[in-house]
Amino acid sequence: MTTTTDIAIVEAEAPERRRGWLDVVLDFCRRRPLGAIGAAIVVLMILVALTAPMIAPYDPLAIDFAAMLAPPGADHWLGTDAYGRDVLSRIIYGSQTALIVGFGAAFVGSTAGAVLGVGSAYFGGRVDLIVQRFMDIFISFPLIILALAMVAILGNTLPNLIIAMTAPMVPRCALVIRSSALSVREMPYVDAARAAGFSHARIILRHMLPNVMAPYLIMLTSFLGQAILLEASLSFLGLGVQEPTAAWGLMLRGAAVEFAETAPWMALFPGLAISLAVFAFNLFGDSLRDALDPKLRTG
Amino acid sequence: MVTRRRTWLAGILSAAACVLIVATGNALAQEKPRYGGELVFPVPSEPPSYDAHREQTFGVIHPVAPHYNGLLRFDPTDPTGTKPAPDLAESWTVSSDGLVYTFKLRQGVKFHDGNEMTSKDVKASYDKIIFPPEGVVSDRKGQYGVVKAVEAPDPYTVVFRLKWPTVSFLGSLASPWNWIYRADILAKDPHWYETHINGTGPFLFVEHVKGSHWVGKRNPDYWDKGKPYLDGYRALFIKSSAAQVAAVRGERAHIQFRGFTPADRDTLKAALGDKITVAEAPWDCLLMVVPNQQKKPFGDKRVRRALTLALDRYAGSKALSRIAIVKEVAGVQVPGTPYATPPDELAKLAGYGKDINAARDEARKLLKEAGAEGLSFTFTNRGVPMPYEPVAVWLIDQWRQIGVTVKQEVVEAAAYYTTLKKGEFDVAMDFQCGYTVEPDLDLYKFTSRSKNPSNYGFYEDPVLDDLYEKQSRATDVEARKKFVRAFEKRLLDEEAHYLMTLQWHRIIPHSSKVKGWQITPSHYLNNMLDTVWLTDGPTH
Repeated sequence: MTTTTDIAIVEAEAPERRRGWLDVVLDFCRRRPLGAIGAAIVVLMILVALTAPMIAPYDPLAIDFAAMLAPPGADHWLGTDAYGRDVLSRIIYGSQTALIVGFGAAFVGSTAGAVLGVGSAYFGGRVDLIVQRFMDIFISFPLIILALAMVAILGNTLPNLIIAMTAPMVPRCALVIRSSALSVREMPYVDAARAAGFSHARIILRHMLPNVMAPYLIMLTSFLGQAILLEASLSFLGLGVQEPTAAWGLMLRGAAVEFAETAPWMALFPGLAISLAVFAFNLFGDSLRDALDPKLRTG
Repeated sequence: MVTRRRTWLAGILSAAACVLIVATGNALAQEKPRYGGELVFPVPSEPPSYDAHREQTFGVIHPVAPHYNGLLRFDPTDPTGTKPAPDLAESWTVSSDGLVYTFKLRQGVKFHDGNEMTSKDVKASYDKIIFPPEGVVSDRKGQYGVVKAVEAPDPYTVVFRLKWPTVSFLGSLASPWNWIYRADILAKDPHWYETHINGTGPFLFVEHVKGSHWVGKRNPDYWDKGKPYLDGYRALFIKSSAAQVAAVRGERAHIQFRGFTPADRDTLKAALGDKITVAEAPWDCLLMVVPNQQKKPFGDKRVRRALTLALDRYAGSKALSRIAIVKEVAGVQVPGTPYATPPDELAKLAGYGKDINAARDEARKLLKEAGAEGLSFTFTNRGVPMPYEPVAVWLIDQWRQIGVTVKQEVVEAAAYYTTLKKGEFDVAMDFQCGYTVEPDLDLYKFTSRSKNPSNYGFYEDPVLDDLYEKQSRATDVEARKKFVRAFEKRLLDEEAHYLMTLQWHRIIPHSSKVKGWQITPSHYLNNMLDTVWLTDGPTH
């Protein structure tokens, strides 16, 4: 009897087991299956990009005039383009371009926007006013127009492309993060940090920025899809990456347009890849927002 | 075996091309023209001004040429577009020393304002082209350096005095850009023709609505009695190639005089069948690769030779002609024209041989000798998709096969020539397009940089300059051919200053109703429309 009581006391006093990352993932999958599907596609895309040299059946740059405009078949599962290059291999390698540019632009854009947004909220007053008016000017340009202007000014190398795509993302992220940071600024721990004499940079980077991570992550994932689409749009317009680099947007232009009626696979499959990637990032981003936003949190 | 097959194939294709050209010429001569109707054609570019003396674009020639005549023209029935023929001049004589050209003008020719055209007008027009007054732009002034003076001894005689004899002079006078303007108007305002029309041509000006269309109507007082056959014409300014194709496909336009792509041709033929006639010809336009010799290692001719040896031009021609407006393998002259290199001789030049494996072995060896193994560079290309992009993709693949890694940088079309002029590139795509195939016009570009600012290789080559002068002054055709061949060998083989890619190929799928128009290697020629007629009435 005594033994039983002791055990009961021990069980009652044991601390709640900390949730591991696997539990978090499983919980996310169970509560948000669509988001889980999106995340699975994103992971698959990353894996494809990382293992491209191992899984691509052909060299994506190798021209094969004997196989020009070949329809999908046993040799070329998704057909070939106007130069006889394997469409599947170019889509596989194209995922590298999409992810490098997408992650690069989305990460730099969101991070710069977050720092600006938090800084603007923290300092307030005239600094906030000036920063926000600049953001208003930038945000008044449509995403694609600003990116086009930047590419035209800087030139269309890969780093410049990332910078050009970053520019329109910064103000959008800064505005969202600022609104969250305004409430964080009023928190007692920020006042405490100020009273302790910490520097502005330390307060912004160590105390405020981690507390706006939820909107930051949401903006990051939503920008990823937008960045992939923007890169494809710029490449389609001839202002993105250049031939013979494998890139999805690039695969949609030139001969793909000319031969749209006779060789539709040239445009169809890269178009599907773009759609799938954007769809996956958006699904994942939406679910992440739902999971991280306390107002939308269910269960 | 592959070599033999290619030789046979080339022979069959050449024979077929000859048959096609002759057949087209004969058909043109045999059919009886009908009167009436309005010819409708899209023009992918719009005239910056109306004055052809100062402009360079077909956007001026296509809509505006039907209002004018030249002193001479190229025979509109000649498929090579190289035979000078009378226009406002009805005959001419050349002095025994080749220094004096005397032209007899037609009498009774009137400008559209009713004034008679005389030698005074021809002299004033050529003085504007050759010796433009201060503040007047003449784009082709440099082509007439040989002219000492233009004289008008009587109202119907014009005399050109030359500094040295040249066999290309008549061709220069047949230029489609040298429209004859009224002397009195030029005397009052040399810029008047930039914004007004007053010629002697087969069609009168009706209206120009910017961004929309240009309309001309039949000149009832045209000096060539019985012509023109059309009631009028309407040029539609349409930049989008898809919209141009759609206009022809929907039978809202008869023809586009510049050219369509192979895919457009196939689409139109599939959609319209016999309602479409396809005219094709080599195009006097060429994409060339120019290594910047100011930059290492492109000053080393072994590296340049390696780059040209890597190109399998014959396989490239066969494949790229399916997707781009390029086709013929050529040297410095369009195949089938008087000074073109015979295929056997062409095959002796670096990069034109039939054994591509041997050529690429030699290329690798040359790179090794030059210490440029594993060479990598940026290839600067012009931001015009067709045919720049497909040719660049092909070039990069060819160079990859000798171990050279190339990254393409595309520069927006308007900024492109600034990049070339400043020499801010490693290797670039360059371009030349002419109104007629004539060595004087075509080879000048390759002379030394100090003589010629459009030499983007930044090289000096006195031997090449000397050969240019010799061919230009040779009065005997066979002797001139030898100099042209020697020039070509030095340019493309010994020094490999430039690398020729493939000749452009002009494809004009047009309504079968259009008759009396002959395709030539130049999209600047045969746009006067005086010989063109339609088999039925107007389209709308």
